[in-house]
Amino acid sequence: MSDQSQPPIPPEVSDEEGMSAFFKDLTGAGQRFNWRANLLVPALAILSALIVGAVVIAFGDLDTLKLWGSDPGQAASDTINRLVDAYAALFEGAVGGLGPISETLTRAAPLILAGLAVAIGFQAGLFNIGANGQMLIGGMFALVVGFQFDLPIFLHIPIGVVAALIGGAIWGGIPGYLRAKTGAHEVITTIMLNFIALRLVDYLLTVDFFQLTGRDDPVSKSVLASARYPKLIDFINARYRVHLGIIIAILAAWFIWWLLFRSTIGFEFRAVGANPDGAKYAGMNVVWLIVAVMAVAGAMAGLAGGDQVLGTLGRATPGFVGVIGFDAIALALLGRSHPFGVVAAGLLFGGLAAGGQNMQASTDVGVDIVQVIQALIIVFIAAPALIKAIYRVRADTEAAQVSQGWAT
Amino acid sequence: MELELRGITKRFPGVLANDNVNLTIRTGEILCLLGENGAGKSTLMNIMYGLYSATEGQILIDGEVVEFNGPGDAIAAGIGMVHQHFMLVPVFSVAENVVLGVEPTKGPGGVLDFEEARRDVREISSQYNLEVDPDAIIEDLPVGIQQRVEIIKVLFRDAEILVFDEPTAVLTPQEVEEFFGIVRNLKADGKGIIFITHKLKEVLEIADRIAVLRRGAVVGEADPETATEKTLAEMMVGRPVVLKVDKKPAQPGDVVLEVQDLDVLNVHDQLAVNQVSFEVRKGEIVGIAGVQGNGQTELVEALTGLRESVAGTVKISGADFTNASPRAVHHASVAHVPEDRQRSGLVLRFTLTENFVLDSYYDEPFSHGVRMDWDRSRQEAVRLIEEFDVRTPSSEVMASNLSGGNQQKVIVAREFGRDVELVIASQPTRGIDVGSIEFIHERIIEERDQGAAVLIVSSELDEVMALSDRVLVMFDGRIVAEKRPNETTNAEIGLYMAGATSDA
Repeated sequence: MSDQSQPPIPPEVSDEEGMSAFFKDLTGAGQRFNWRANLLVPALAILSALIVGAVVIAFGDLDTLKLWGSDPGQAASDTINRLVDAYAALFEGAVGGLGPISETLTRAAPLILAGLAVAIGFQAGLFNIGANGQMLIGGMFALVVGFQFDLPIFLHIPIGVVAALIGGAIWGGIPGYLRAKTGAHEVITTIMLNFIALRLVDYLLTVDFFQLTGRDDPVSKSVLASARYPKLIDFINARYRVHLGIIIAILAAWFIWWLLFRSTIGFEFRAVGANPDGAKYAGMNVVWLIVAVMAVAGAMAGLAGGDQVLGTLGRATPGFVGVIGFDAIALALLGRSHPFGVVAAGLLFGGLAAGGQNMQASTDVGVDIVQVIQALIIVFIAAPALIKAIYRVRADTEAAQVSQGWAT
Repeated sequence: MELELRGITKRFPGVLANDNVNLTIRTGEILCLLGENGAGKSTLMNIMYGLYSATEGQILIDGEVVEFNGPGDAIAAGIGMVHQHFMLVPVFSVAENVVLGVEPTKGPGGVLDFEEARRDVREISSQYNLEVDPDAIIEDLPVGIQQRVEIIKVLFRDAEILVFDEPTAVLTPQEVEEFFGIVRNLKADGKGIIFITHKLKEVLEIADRIAVLRRGAVVGEADPETATEKTLAEMMVGRPVVLKVDKKPAQPGDVVLEVQDLDVLNVHDQLAVNQVSFEVRKGEIVGIAGVQGNGQTELVEALTGLRESVAGTVKISGADFTNASPRAVHHASVAHVPEDRQRSGLVLRFTLTENFVLDSYYDEPFSHGVRMDWDRSRQEAVRLIEEFDVRTPSSEVMASNLSGGNQQKVIVAREFGRDVELVIASQPTRGIDVGSIEFIHERIIEERDQGAAVLIVSSELDEVMALSDRVLVMFDGRIVAEKRPNETTNAEIGLYMAGATSDA
C-alpha cells in the first residue's frame, strides 16, 4: 500500500459517520473555501472529461476506424481533424460571438436556478432529486398567471414570478413535510413526485382551461406578452433570445448566498446539514427546518420552471423542462453546492448545451457527446482521488497542519 | 516470539504522528504503552497491525524484517488486536462472531461447521477461564463479556502478541479487576501483551515494563517498581502536573435543580431512568458516578430538553421545566456540556466563531432580525478564545482541526461564557489531554464558587470523586447510593456501580 492511498484524515474528524462524511465531501456542503477543492479539482475534472470525450469522439466514426487498417497516417489526420472540428464548433457555439453567448445564457438560466434547488438541499444534508417536478409545477403556476390575468407588465411579471416560487415551494415542501413528520426519505418521495408532476402536466394540457383553443395536441395557451420576460438584446438581432431569466437567476444565486451565509435561517440550514444532533442540541427546530429547506429549494426550482414558461418558451408543452432538473444535480456537485459555484457551473453547462447544438449542426458529431462530457465531469468530481492521482495534486494538507500545530 | 518496532516514523501530510519509535515486546510480558490522547499510540498500533504503513522504519519478528500489507498479514504473523470499540456483529452469537472470516468448514461443499466453532470457543474459554457461552447473542451480553469475546476472537486466530487499545474504558472497577486476572492468565500462558492506556493507576498495577509516548515519540521507559503516578504523569505531559483538584468546602444555598420521580425511556423504548429524584443546590457540585449505559445519558437528555420524560417533574429555580425545549432550558441560564462533543456539542465543519454562537445566534447581539452579525460574533469568539485559552490560529478555523481538548474548551467557553445558574456537564473531560482536564476542572469549580449549581456526570470515578461535594451512584436507571467523597472510598462506590444496593 503506498503512502498516498491512505486517507490523511486527522483523528478528530474521522469520527464522523463514513457515509455522511462521503456525502459532505462529494457535495462540498459546509466546506470552507479552499482553492484546491473548489477550483482546481473541478477545473481538472472538466479537462479530464474533455480529454476522455475526445477519445469517444475519435472512436465514434466507423469510416475512420476502418481506415486505421489500410492507411494509418490518413486515419490519424482524419481523427485529429474530426476532433479539432468538433471542439472548435462546440467552443464557437458557446462563446463565439453575441449570438452564441445569448444562447448560452438562455440555457444557463434555468440550469442555475434548478442547480440552486439541489445545492440548498445539499447544504442542509438533503438530497433533492425532485427539481424536475418542482420546475413543472412552478411552471404551471406561472403559466396560469401568464395567460389568465391581463395585467400591466410591471405587475404581471412579478406576480408570475411569485406564482412560480409558490408552485415550486409547495412541490418541494411536500417531501420535506413527509421527511420531517414520517421519516419518508426525500430521495424516494422527490423521485416519485417527479413522475406525478410529469403526468399531471400531461393531463392538465388536455384540459380546456389550459389547452390552446382549437388544438387537439397537448399544448397550453400562450403566456400574454405582458407576462413574458423581456428579451435583453433583441434590438441587436431579433434571433438573440436571451431574456430577463438570466438576471433573475443571478439575483436568486446572490439571495441564496445571503440566505445561507448571512442570515440566521441559513445558519440553521447549514447546521442541520452538517450535524443534525448538534442543531437539536443548540435548540433549533430540526423538523420545521427540513420543511423550510425543501420549500426554499422547491421555490428555486419553481423559478426555473417559470423561466421556461414565462421566458424561453412562452407556453407549456408535455415535459417542457426536459431533464434540466437532473442536470441540476450534476451542476450542484460541480459547483460544490455553493451558490456562486452553481452559477459558474450553470454557465459551463449552458455553454456546453448551446455549443453542442452548433457542433451537431456543423459537424457529424452528435449533441449526445455533450451528455457524455457532463457525465464524465461528474464521475471525476465524485472521485476526487482519481483527479488527485492523475494530476498529482497534493492531498489537502491544510487541515492536518493546523491540527498538529495547535494540538496541545 | 519477539516483536520489534525499529525507527518507526509515520507522517501524515503535515503531521508527524510517530517519530522514530523503537519498541520491543516479547511473549510472556506485559508492556504498557502510556500516552495522552493524540500522542500517537493508536497510529503506532495501526502500523503494527498492518492498517497503516510506516513512512520510515521496520517491523521485525524474531529479528527478521516483515512487511504487513493489511491486518491479515499481522494476524498471520501472530499479532491480535482488541479494539477500544468492539468489532462484533450484535445479532450474531458468540461462536459466529469468533469464527467470522475464518469459518471452519466440513465436507466437500465447504459447509459451515458450527459444531466445531462452538467447541473451539468452549475450549479457549475454559483454558483461560473466560466463562463465555458460545451460543449467547452478543447484544444480550454486558460489555465486559463482549470484551472477552474479542479476546477469544484473537486467540482463535492463534495470536502470540495481543494488543489492547484502552481496554478498561468501558468497564466497572470490578470488571477491571477480572480483566486484569485474564491478562495475567494470558501472560502466564506465554502470550505477549501490549496494553495501551492513559490511566496511570492501571499501568502501575499490571505492567512489567512501561513505555511513555509523547507527541509521537517514546520519551522514556519506566519501571513499574519504582515509578509513581506523579512521575508517569510528568513524563506523559512533559511538565509537572497537579493530580489533586484544589477546592474549598462547598457552601450549598437554595435548591436550583430539583428532579422528582423521573422516568425516561431510551431509544429502544425501555425504561432507562427509573424513578430518579435528587436536587442540586446553589454552590455545590453533585457528581453522578456509574458505568456508562446505566441511564445517565437519558437522564441528562431529559434534563436538557433533548429527550421527553414519561413521568416525574424537573424544576429549575422553582419553575417547571419538565419536557421543556432545549432553547427554554438554555434561556434559564443553564450551561450544558454534552456527553459527546463531536456528535452534538459542536458542528465540526463550522468555524469556531460559528460554534461559539451555535446556541445563541438567534438573539442580539449576534443577529438582528434574520441578519447574522458576523463581526460581533467574531469579537465574541476572540474574547472566548482568549479567556478560555483555546489553542487555535484564529477564530475562523474549522472545529474539526482542533485537538479534542481544545474542542472541549470551545464548548466549555460557549456554555460558561455567560451568566450561568446551573451547569450540567456530561463526561466533561473524556478523552482529552491532562492540561485541558486541569483547566476544565478549575473552571467548573470556579462556576460553583461563583454560585452556580453544578451537576457532573462522568464514568471516570476518579473525576467524580475529585470534583464532587456529593456523589450519587446510578445503576440500572436508579440512584442506588448517595455519599460524600470524603466519607467513602472508590472501592465502595465501585460496589454500588456494579449493582450492590445501599443500606443508607
